[in-house]
Amino acid sequence: MRMKDSNTLPDISRKGRIGCNLPKLDINPSALPAEDLIRGELELPEVSEGQLVRYFTLLSRYNYGIDNGLYPLGSCTMKYNPKWHEDVARLPGFTWLHPYQPLESVQGALQIMYELQEYLAEITGFKITSLAPMAGAQGELASMLMVKAYFESRGEKKRRRILLPDSSHGTNPASAAMCQFEVHMLRSDHEGDLSLESLDALMNDEVAALVLTMPNTLGLFDPKVDKIVQLVHERGGLVCGDGANFNALLGQTTFGDLGFDCVQVNLHKTFSTPHGSGGPGSGPVCVNSILADFMPSPLVTRCDGRYTFVSPAKTIGRLGVFYGNFNVLIKAYAYIRSLGTEGLKEISENAVINANYIREKLKDYYHLPYDRICMHEVVFSGDKQKKNVRTLDIAKRLIDYGFHPPTIYFPLIVDEALMIEPTETESKETLDAFINAMIEIAKEADEKPEFLHEAPYCAPLRRLNEAKAARDPDFCWKISSQ
Amino acid sequence: MSLSYIPNTYSDRTAMLREIGVNSVQELFQDIPEKFRHVDIRLPPAMSEPELIEEIRHLAALNLNLNEYTCFLGAGSYRHFIPSVIGHLIGRSEFYTAYTPYQAEISQGTLQAMYDYQSLICQLTGMEVSNAGLYDGSTAASEAALMACRITHRKRVAVLKTVNPGYIEVLGTYIRGHDDSLDKIEPQSRSLTSDYSCLIVQQPNFFGYFEDLNLYVQAAHDIGALLIVIVDPISLGMFKPPGEYGADIVVAEGQSLGNPTNFGGPGLGIFVCRRDYLRQMPGRIVSRTTDMSGEAGYVLTLQTREQHIRRERATSNICTNESLVALAAAIYLAALGKTGLRHVAELCYHKAHYAASEINKLKRFRLVFEAPFFKEFVVRCPISPSEVNKILFAEKIIGGLDISHMIEDSTLLCVTELNTKKQIDKLVHILRRL
Repeated sequence: MRMKDSNTLPDISRKGRIGCNLPKLDINPSALPAEDLIRGELELPEVSEGQLVRYFTLLSRYNYGIDNGLYPLGSCTMKYNPKWHEDVARLPGFTWLHPYQPLESVQGALQIMYELQEYLAEITGFKITSLAPMAGAQGELASMLMVKAYFESRGEKKRRRILLPDSSHGTNPASAAMCQFEVHMLRSDHEGDLSLESLDALMNDEVAALVLTMPNTLGLFDPKVDKIVQLVHERGGLVCGDGANFNALLGQTTFGDLGFDCVQVNLHKTFSTPHGSGGPGSGPVCVNSILADFMPSPLVTRCDGRYTFVSPAKTIGRLGVFYGNFNVLIKAYAYIRSLGTEGLKEISENAVINANYIREKLKDYYHLPYDRICMHEVVFSGDKQKKNVRTLDIAKRLIDYGFHPPTIYFPLIVDEALMIEPTETESKETLDAFINAMIEIAKEADEKPEFLHEAPYCAPLRRLNEAKAARDPDFCWKISSQ
Repeated sequence: MSLSYIPNTYSDRTAMLREIGVNSVQELFQDIPEKFRHVDIRLPPAMSEPELIEEIRHLAALNLNLNEYTCFLGAGSYRHFIPSVIGHLIGRSEFYTAYTPYQAEISQGTLQAMYDYQSLICQLTGMEVSNAGLYDGSTAASEAALMACRITHRKRVAVLKTVNPGYIEVLGTYIRGHDDSLDKIEPQSRSLTSDYSCLIVQQPNFFGYFEDLNLYVQAAHDIGALLIVIVDPISLGMFKPPGEYGADIVVAEGQSLGNPTNFGGPGLGIFVCRRDYLRQMPGRIVSRTTDMSGEAGYVLTLQTREQHIRRERATSNICTNESLVALAAAIYLAALGKTGLRHVAELCYHKAHYAASEINKLKRFRLVFEAPFFKEFVVRCPISPSEVNKILFAEKIIGGLDISHMIEDSTLLCVTELNTKKQIDKLVHILRRL
């Protein structure tokens, strides 16, 4: 499917076309307000319904989703999204609820929210959940705001620092900065774990919290976790979890048991709600009793068999006008109810088996900087191939073999990183096909590196010029009066 | 047990564990200290697909939805007509099961659709550059305020008291979090001083009425501050866009463009600004470019603003662009097009004015404001608005938002193109009896 066949919306626009039938005005028109409030021409495209459907259907065919095949983007947990979840989430009894209609008329919706709060608290080992954050990054922001409010309430205003490992996601420092925290980086040791010496040196009475992704972005679980948590707590700091990689731990352990104070969970990763080409997601935050009073508003509570909203005593406030991404919550609810505790364990076990299988099968072909058992994802380096091709070339060539590339150049501490997360929803046959493709590409990198420099060859387009876009950006078409 | 989501069979697992070189799956979790491995997670027992569909259908049926009840409630979440094509197109799994388009060569569908979205939103608002979307209208307003602080190097934000109080709450969360300050300003106030980074105005305002944007553009620019305007995108089918008044940043809730109310989420944060401020924008931006053979194509661009590159110096922590909601908005604007959006806006305007004038004819009800309005208006009731709403609810009507804590005994009513004359007449008929 080559891109050449495609038009743009202005190309198919002709004066007099329209894409939907609207009712006529059934009353006498009222007087219009003053002329200077009224708009002149509004230049939008004019297309018929059938043309519109063909246009966007063609666009969809230039895309690659999890339904098309393996999508091993590390740290993104691209797992299959069960179809019936979509069906129930599209029931009008959910989609057509107004956020301000009487609470008596939304008890079914509130029950789902209440029960999901409870389930997520159980699964993370915490006391209470707020479903308000609309994405993982907003959940991280909620954690930072709570940490800040907690220390302000204790009069410990000099705790203005956040500690982060050098392997952390970019959202961690960016979320801390949105709360005016100073960010200090901790080193990783030669095993890929957090350096205790680095933590010991930086953890003082000016530090509010350590933010830790578990397992980390190398796909490794730090066996010293209890020592890390203990050290931070002894010196008066809090430990915030980043639950982006929670798929590895489902049912095996909990952030609460590990001694953390809070965590955000990404429903669009671990709990199988679709990514939608970049949202909507949902990033509920779960906390222990220390932070419970600071939770974002609102929470759903149950009183005399009736569900209602409440606001925690010292809440950090609202993160959006309404109650979070409700429609996404329904799908996560469906997922948890269909798995139960044992099912959750099956998920993490299969995710971890799949990642280790890839690790074992590819480690003779690609440099494995941390050669130990991994969790849900494995990070290779393109070091061995670097003299001939870059990791970007390897990634683009994978497209020709029919696979979505892994995450590349992250985490930053691995040179030419290739971060592979297969998830539990891929079969051994699919993994074998992917492994064979990776081995073929390693051979190609040796034998005909120039060929890889120009990959992909079988995608709708050849390699795109990002430098041109940054230098001379073009953000929108214009329709001129026809 | 066997789960339909997991393809590996027992024998697959055994073979894979052997290849990995371990005896049991438990060995793969050996880095988790033993003392943390015995967790007690209490969840309801797993259920099958048909059993759960039945149970969740039951929960949906406990709710009363806007297709069954007549709705005169708005206040930031609106029931507008959604052409059927939208559900079919955003329901294509190539769109809804894809990730953020990092690998441009196999994500051209999403990228071109987001370029269309940006283009349509620029046309609609009369502004120069749009990002590909933020969480919702209130967080878009908050990001706009933080961006104004960065641009002006000032730490105070002014918001008109006539802005949606929910938006003011969210602004408070973000602005206090960033150690900046937020002040609520009276309309027509002369109290703006030159330490403000921006003035935030809603058009039409929370009560549904038009503000004098010329006045506020002047007031903000006189002190070197930015004017941020929150708009109702449907109103722009008929009313002059903020770009033509000289607004610096325009934000909006995009839910009403082709998306159901969904109990408040997901929404879509529309965010557009003047080109001068491009490099301070939060969120994803798509640009048209070419591939190595010269074909036109699309990529995410200016990523050096973003968290995955710039980390703590990024313009925001945001990653999502609520892409699927933005896609629905793009399809909506293309489906209605030049004449359709104007027609929808006019239907809202005329029907709302018909309802307002009929209610104003009643002896015991009156309109609180005389200013021009779009599709929402405020009515003072002879009894408490919550009592009025109970009576309406018994007649299968969801009444307006009770705002008696803001304006005595008042309700904020909303009329859209989906409210028929018959529904409006029934509402008036019931009110007449009170």
